[in-house]
Amino acid sequence: MTEYGTMLMVFAFAAVVAGALLGLPRLLAPRRLTPVKAEPFECGKDPLGIAEGRFAIKFATVAIFFIIIDIELLFVWPWAMLYRRLGWFGFIEMMVFMAILMVGFLYIWRKGGLEWE
Amino acid sequence: MIPEAYYLALSAVLFTIGVVGVVIRRNPLVIFMSIELALNAANLALVAFGQRHGSPEGQVLVFFVMAVAAAEVAVGLAIIVAIFRLRQRLSVDDLSLMRW
Amino acid sequence: MSPIPAPPVVLGPLLPSLIVVGTAIVVLLLDLLPPRASKAHLGTVALAGLVGALLATLRTWGSGGRAFHDMIVLDDYALFFHIVICYAAALIVLLSMDYLRRAGAESGEGYGLILFSTAGMMVLASANDLIVVFLAIELMSLSLYVLAGLFKRRREAGEASMKYFLLGVFASAFLLYGIALVYGATGTTNFDRIVVAVGAGPRDRLFLIGLGMLMVGFGFKISSVPFHMWAPDVYQGAPTSVTALIATGSKAAVFAALIRLLVAGLRTIQPDSTALLWALAALTMTVGNVVAIAQSNLKRMLAYSSIAHVGYMLVGLVAGGAPGAGAVLFYLLAYTFTTVGTFGVIALCERAGQEAVEVRDYAGLGRRHPLLALTLGLFLLSLIGIPPLAGFVGKFYLFGSAVRAGYVWLAVIAVLNSAVAAYYYLRVIVYMYMQEPEAASASLAPSFAGGLALAIALIGIVLLGVMPAPFADLAQAAVAPLIR
Repeated sequence: MTEYGTMLMVFAFAAVVAGALLGLPRLLAPRRLTPVKAEPFECGKDPLGIAEGRFAIKFATVAIFFIIIDIELLFVWPWAMLYRRLGWFGFIEMMVFMAILMVGFLYIWRKGGLEWE
Repeated sequence: MIPEAYYLALSAVLFTIGVVGVVIRRNPLVIFMSIELALNAANLALVAFGQRHGSPEGQVLVFFVMAVAAAEVAVGLAIIVAIFRLRQRLSVDDLSLMRW
Repeated sequence: MSPIPAPPVVLGPLLPSLIVVGTAIVVLLLDLLPPRASKAHLGTVALAGLVGALLATLRTWGSGGRAFHDMIVLDDYALFFHIVICYAAALIVLLSMDYLRRAGAESGEGYGLILFSTAGMMVLASANDLIVVFLAIELMSLSLYVLAGLFKRRREAGEASMKYFLLGVFASAFLLYGIALVYGATGTTNFDRIVVAVGAGPRDRLFLIGLGMLMVGFGFKISSVPFHMWAPDVYQGAPTSVTALIATGSKAAVFAALIRLLVAGLRTIQPDSTALLWALAALTMTVGNVVAIAQSNLKRMLAYSSIAHVGYMLVGLVAGGAPGAGAVLFYLLAYTFTTVGTFGVIALCERAGQEAVEVRDYAGLGRRHPLLALTLGLFLLSLIGIPPLAGFVGKFYLFGSAVRAGYVWLAVIAVLNSAVAAYYYLRVIVYMYMQEPEAASASLAPSFAGGLALAIALIGIVLLGVMPAPFADLAQAAVAPLIR
């Protein structure tokens, strides 16, 4: 059961930290409500509208680029864990991987994929 | 220690849900989510089998599958965006210009 | 914390595919530089890369190697498919330089994606491990999904792309689950070690279910009945040059992996899979041919005809062993030459705002453009299997191998199917030579690139038909490493 014990500790720690971050301001900070503050937070999107309203299609484009760059972490993480044991070979391998990824990034950038309008 | 059979049963159930979802749902996005569910069911099976054989191949394959699934999501979203720009709505029933 | 020793890096067996990938990246980078108006030079760069890969392949003939813990095997078998695939891709780039420009869709990403999918096909042909099979199929397919929707302004393109994508990814899920089960049953994903594991132990139900799901995945990718639904829509909606790539290169590559798995990896359980393949072959060619008769759209008709041709090739897999596999390889070579040529003529006949894809659009082509009509006629005759063209010899070897292996009834079904198929191919020829055109249309003057592609394909089918022996020997030499 020890592995579950470790996981339970992580959960407990997360609960304590999150609870503290939510609870402490309630005790310490002054509360002055303005209309802007009272709005539900919606990541830069206007929160007013019908519940089944549509997102601008541009969000999907950004999401596509995010996924591609984000998933690279899948390979970087194990590499970083074993960085010292892998030595120069691992370093060069990862640089080749990154270089190819950067070619893709350059392509997105120069093609105007990052422009919002 | 959870028995291996439990993992495999869960994986089979997830895969079945995914396949049924593909067959009965009409929205391409939901169909696509069902397919992703099936892929992840395969991932679960791979990890469980890797445990059985004590070899890393299963887990390594899961890494590749996750990367491929991300690429699939990107391509799928891009196609959906392209179609949406052209006709402003989305359902597989609309994809019927061509019939045999 | 002991250092992990660096594995040996042997890139030699990957060289042809690496050349193609490298060229693809160069094409994408060049696309960012001026001139922005014209993309013609990118087609030339892509073509140069494919010719380079072809030369590298020819140089390695007979002296292949293994790399990445036997995951990649570059034997003569893989090299044979490298030649077929590079050849098809080069012709398709030539056609695209003509066709995409006229359609106003010539772009860097178009050529880049053709190269990426070609690289996927080449890796698939030399894959000796289920992990590599999965990755290569995905590299190939993901590029093709996007290519199918290259004409962003056409509604059919989006539809074709979406259907191809959803069904293709669905098939990949089956393929992957099959891989997981085979791995679970045998403890390995390597073809060589699967043979050992299967040969040693008793029949495992887990293994057979996994194999069945693998077959579903492969069946989708080669569009065999009952997993063929996507093919007609995709063939019709995709740009014609991309259709040619889907019909030839991707099919050849998936067949390469399938044959390697069945003939080399699973030869010990051959009797089990033969009955299944027998049924698949008979069903695939019959459904393909019967439905093709009812089509009025030429691209759609060719889609069903290509399904039928997959059925013929499955006949060779039923026959099995070296003769059957060799016959399939030869047929793939002949089929690739013929199909690229057929779609090439269609691509040349398409004009902006006037897609000549209905059979009646070809009425009177014999008078309007005798040379083009003659070329299309020869390709269609090769698809029927009229001597002395490539298709005839291919069918002869295939059905001959089935008869020699004792599957006489399957060979009879295949021959009857060929007779049915003659009807709808000949209908196009009748339209070209015996019908008056409905309206006066613009003259067709193929560009140099398009004409060159057609000429090479035409020489190919005549050469294969007139002196098939050297090529048949080549195909037999290529399957030799599989049967050790």
